[in-house]
Amino acid sequence: MSGGSYYVPESSKWPILASLALGAMMIGIGTLLVHGMAGMPVMALGLVGVLAVMALWFRDVILESRGGLYDHQMDRSFRWGMGWFIFSEVMFFAAFFGALFYVRTFALPWLDGEGAKGVAALLWPDFTASWPLLNPPDVSIEGPQETFSPWHLPLVNTLILVSSSITLTIAHEGLKEGLRDSARFWLTVTVLLGLCFISIQGVEYYEAYAHYGITLQAGIYGATFFLLTGFHGLHVIIGTIILSVMLIRVFRGHFTTDDHFGFEAAAWYWHFVDVVWIGLFIFVYVF
Amino acid sequence: MASHLPPKPTPQHSTATAGGMAETGHARPRGLLRWLLTTNHKEIGTLYLLFSLTMFFIGGIFALVVRAELFQPGLQLVLPEFFNQMTTMHGLIMVFGAIMPAFVGLANWMVPLQIGAPDMALPRLNNLSFWLLPVAFTLLLSTLLMPGGGPNFGWTFYAPLSTTYAPPSTTFFILSLHIAGISSILGAINIIATILNLRAPGMRMMDMPLFVWTWLITAFLLIAVMPVLAGVVTMMLMDINFGTSFFNAAGGGDPVLFQHLFWFFGHPEVYIMILPAFGIVSAIIPTFSRKRLFGYASMVYATSAIAILSFLVWAHHMFVVGLPLVAELFFMYTTMLIAVPTGVKVFNWVATMFRGSISFEPPMLFALAFVVQFTVGGFSGLMLAISPADFQYHDTYFVVAHFHYVLVPGALFAILAGAYYWLPKWTGHYPHLRLSQWHFWLSVIGVNLTFFPMHFSGLAGMPRRIPDYALQFADFNLASSLGAFLFGTSQLLFVLVIIKCVRGGEKAPAKAWEGAEDLEWSVPSPAPLHTFETPPDFHPHRH
Amino acid sequence: MRTLLVWMAGGLASAALTPIALANGWNMPVGVTALSRDIYSLHMIIFWICVIIGVIVFGAMFYSLFRYRHSRGAKAATFHEHTSVEVIWTAIPLLILVAMAVPATATLKNMYDTSEADLDIMVTGQQWRWRYEYLGEEVAFTSNLSTPREQISGADEKGENYLLEVDEPLVLPVGQKVRLLLTSDDVIHSWWVPDLAVKQDAIPGFVNENWVRIEEPGIYRGQCTELCGKDHAFMPVVVEAVEQERFDEWLAERKVAAAQEAAGVDREWGMDELMARGEQVYGSVCATCHQPDGSGNPPAFPALAGNQALMNERDRHINTVINGVSGAAMPAFRNTLNAVEIAAVITYERNAWGNETGDSVQPSEIAERIADQGE
Repeated sequence: MSGGSYYVPESSKWPILASLALGAMMIGIGTLLVHGMAGMPVMALGLVGVLAVMALWFRDVILESRGGLYDHQMDRSFRWGMGWFIFSEVMFFAAFFGALFYVRTFALPWLDGEGAKGVAALLWPDFTASWPLLNPPDVSIEGPQETFSPWHLPLVNTLILVSSSITLTIAHEGLKEGLRDSARFWLTVTVLLGLCFISIQGVEYYEAYAHYGITLQAGIYGATFFLLTGFHGLHVIIGTIILSVMLIRVFRGHFTTDDHFGFEAAAWYWHFVDVVWIGLFIFVYVF
Repeated sequence: MASHLPPKPTPQHSTATAGGMAETGHARPRGLLRWLLTTNHKEIGTLYLLFSLTMFFIGGIFALVVRAELFQPGLQLVLPEFFNQMTTMHGLIMVFGAIMPAFVGLANWMVPLQIGAPDMALPRLNNLSFWLLPVAFTLLLSTLLMPGGGPNFGWTFYAPLSTTYAPPSTTFFILSLHIAGISSILGAINIIATILNLRAPGMRMMDMPLFVWTWLITAFLLIAVMPVLAGVVTMMLMDINFGTSFFNAAGGGDPVLFQHLFWFFGHPEVYIMILPAFGIVSAIIPTFSRKRLFGYASMVYATSAIAILSFLVWAHHMFVVGLPLVAELFFMYTTMLIAVPTGVKVFNWVATMFRGSISFEPPMLFALAFVVQFTVGGFSGLMLAISPADFQYHDTYFVVAHFHYVLVPGALFAILAGAYYWLPKWTGHYPHLRLSQWHFWLSVIGVNLTFFPMHFSGLAGMPRRIPDYALQFADFNLASSLGAFLFGTSQLLFVLVIIKCVRGGEKAPAKAWEGAEDLEWSVPSPAPLHTFETPPDFHPHRH
Repeated sequence: MRTLLVWMAGGLASAALTPIALANGWNMPVGVTALSRDIYSLHMIIFWICVIIGVIVFGAMFYSLFRYRHSRGAKAATFHEHTSVEVIWTAIPLLILVAMAVPATATLKNMYDTSEADLDIMVTGQQWRWRYEYLGEEVAFTSNLSTPREQISGADEKGENYLLEVDEPLVLPVGQKVRLLLTSDDVIHSWWVPDLAVKQDAIPGFVNENWVRIEEPGIYRGQCTELCGKDHAFMPVVVEAVEQERFDEWLAERKVAAAQEAAGVDREWGMDELMARGEQVYGSVCATCHQPDGSGNPPAFPALAGNQALMNERDRHINTVINGVSGAAMPAFRNTLNAVEIAAVITYERNAWGNETGDSVQPSEIAERIADQGE
């Protein structure tokens, strides 16, 4: 398996700086939430630190890779690493999907008097379960006035993300075939589609708060809606940044036809984000 | 471009650099920087182990505060608010700060040595995984000093006690769990990549030592469930700070949803803390029985079966929350099933000893104590699985006795066994025999004096997590408190053993134990900083 | 060798201690219901199964440790697998478990059968007391720990039922099937009486069911078993089981008292009367969080003594007590306390500990506000 050339870096200052920056960011977020604006500068400093360290760390990796320090075995380590990382992300989303299914299948019917635990309706005589939940059990919590039709903006966003996966695959094929112009073009299109998605999602959030009454405080519908779409949106933003970096690298002439795992990893991530969206479209918007 | 390249590492000859801690190709950072910047799996393993030992004593002190208050009925030393913070912090620190990092430390040290790898697959990520831990736990411990105190809702932090009714520091507690979670996930990814990708040529999966196998499965469990924990604490964060209704029925949520998500993480987490222990014991018992492990293949299958079942049993922690009957039955049956693969493991260990040639060095003592005491914990686990009976056991000291039997004389004893087993490899010296034996016997007596009476106090009706109790529980608690102080203080002997062992003692050869067979015993003792830079020839002779 | 002897002595000692332990009331109580006896027998069956397996496994292990010692010159055999043995020790535990699952399933089904109850009781957990409501009977009361603080602090000698005694126990008739409906006003609590083998969580916003048919009159004591905050150790459950006639008498007395209380809503109350009643309500309901002297326990529980917002905003004060504070620890008391109690306690809080507002709040005002809200 190994020919004795597995590259083991001697030492690195990035990990310790990354953990300190992440710690600062978390302390900043906590302070911001508990004590107010005093946390903002700490959080900003931490965030900038995390991003800077990541940039410099990946720069080292790119330099080492281009310097020929990595062999096939190292490539496999990266593949396993990225694959399992994406699996962990899948499980993160699974928690939120699980909450959504649990609430819709069990909690709400029970509160309405249906099913094995329907006796709970004793406490909420006026409550009627429905999804989307416009009237939460307690009248003091205001539900959404109405919810989005899946066939307008959400459908547009679905088409955008699905096509972006296709354009990304064309770009990847281009890279593998050595057609760099094609790769550059289609990767640019992919990044632009990502930006479109983010903008449309931004418009939708504005609409949610301004006209639909869908807020974080609007009962369990608002909570699941924003957490699921919010974390997905965050992943699209991260994915777009990663693809942008790949775009820069393609323009700089990085990658060869058979060695471009950085690009592949970005593509895996993007397809994963796409698949999560399909789940969201079906279970958050359509049904 | 080329000027930016980091220096190429000088090629070295693998295992030949005996005592080579200081010998490396070029200047490495020295002093504190060496430990901050290291990418070496042995140094990072050492850091993990030292961190875990520190946390073990901090969590132990919290436990002793609890036991001191419970020494006799009445409120003597601490207020109930602080008592609740102590029980909570004791649990959190021991689970996330002591037991898990100890196993990760052992994996860091031993997995590359046992599979003939030059290092972990992603060495810099490895360093990050470690250094996130001190950050996370400094933050966690600092919550004790915040207004309103630290987490006071038990290590299982059930909503809404941990959301609507929690102290303001809870937000920081959640963020510290996020950092610790990231550390675990990255560490697990690294271990999986190492095991799947860096085995010595010729070593098939079914040739791997069981410690490697159990860690492979543990790492999978970690990657599968730590993100779920991250998800559920994020929901808490939102409920606390942004007015969402995940765990609030008024908005259409459900407090029990928290428990489902928590235990979907929490039950595999329990196995995360015991599977590597199985691996360690499966290395030690054959070594000191001078006989091959009985049923290697069935050990692997049993471990896998336990891991798969661990995703299907979570609600047995929730038998009295009012689950529908169908769910109650399903989770009772699946939980009972776990006894089968667990039993297979115990039977295999006994069969390994049968007609062996057994000696009783300190690692073996701890491993034997593990088998007996873990099995006692397994028995009470089987009793708890019987759902109707659990209505009487649930949330009493019987449960406290059960999980402490699995975790202290179980997981912790396995860690200690592993430490005694591999200390000669780490330091080049055997641990001091007399001191080790004293440590063992005081620990065994202390641990059983602490936890065995808890079975009785629980059956007699004492709920857990109370700072004061009715008079009929007084004798049990007196015994438990005496045992806890005996056990706690005797762990100082362990520190003494380690210090003496690092500084000197009887020299250990490469193969420190007569019956030891795995690859780590082919490199010198102490293991040089760099090993297996040229992959060793592996001859599958055993399995 | 010495090692082994110690091991074996330890094993023998614990084996010998077990029956002694069981005989001395260290075991699960058999209890006073048919279900509690079923559960006890399940417990003992699984316990003895464990003991037998333990004797076999540990017996084989200690035999090996003793017989095949290296120091005695034992030579290790070379076998390392044996398929049929492995199949057998996988299959036998499986069969034992199936045999165990059968009676467990039957008992569980019985426990879940809450149909055809003679009496329904709503049990509501609150930090840190229990409230009992006899559904359809207009009788409801809260049950607080009655152990004096002096006993807890050690100033006084502890009584026989230390921490397991309450001001008003739940009174139940023997021989009747009583359905318990459990819920909570704040965090999760768990209602447990070992002798009745009933333990059920009380979940805020949801209702759990359980049932009990007590066979012998007597007083049965238990505790909250789900961590519910600082006074988790101090919210006991006491059930007094009485004969049916005695129960009917008791219920009739309580109904008369409840009617008198209800009549009190309409009349004008004097300041002294309100203050006296308010002090009593405050002591049993509010003092655990806001402290007997009104000093509170910030940040979770604000001080009431000298609280300017409280003194200046009468309306908000009333609203807070009736409806609680959403998203905070303060519960709504509109369903827990009656109008007289709410009026009295608000009056008390506005005039005690130097809060000399001179305001009084009449029960009729509270009753009106609650009625308005309901519409």
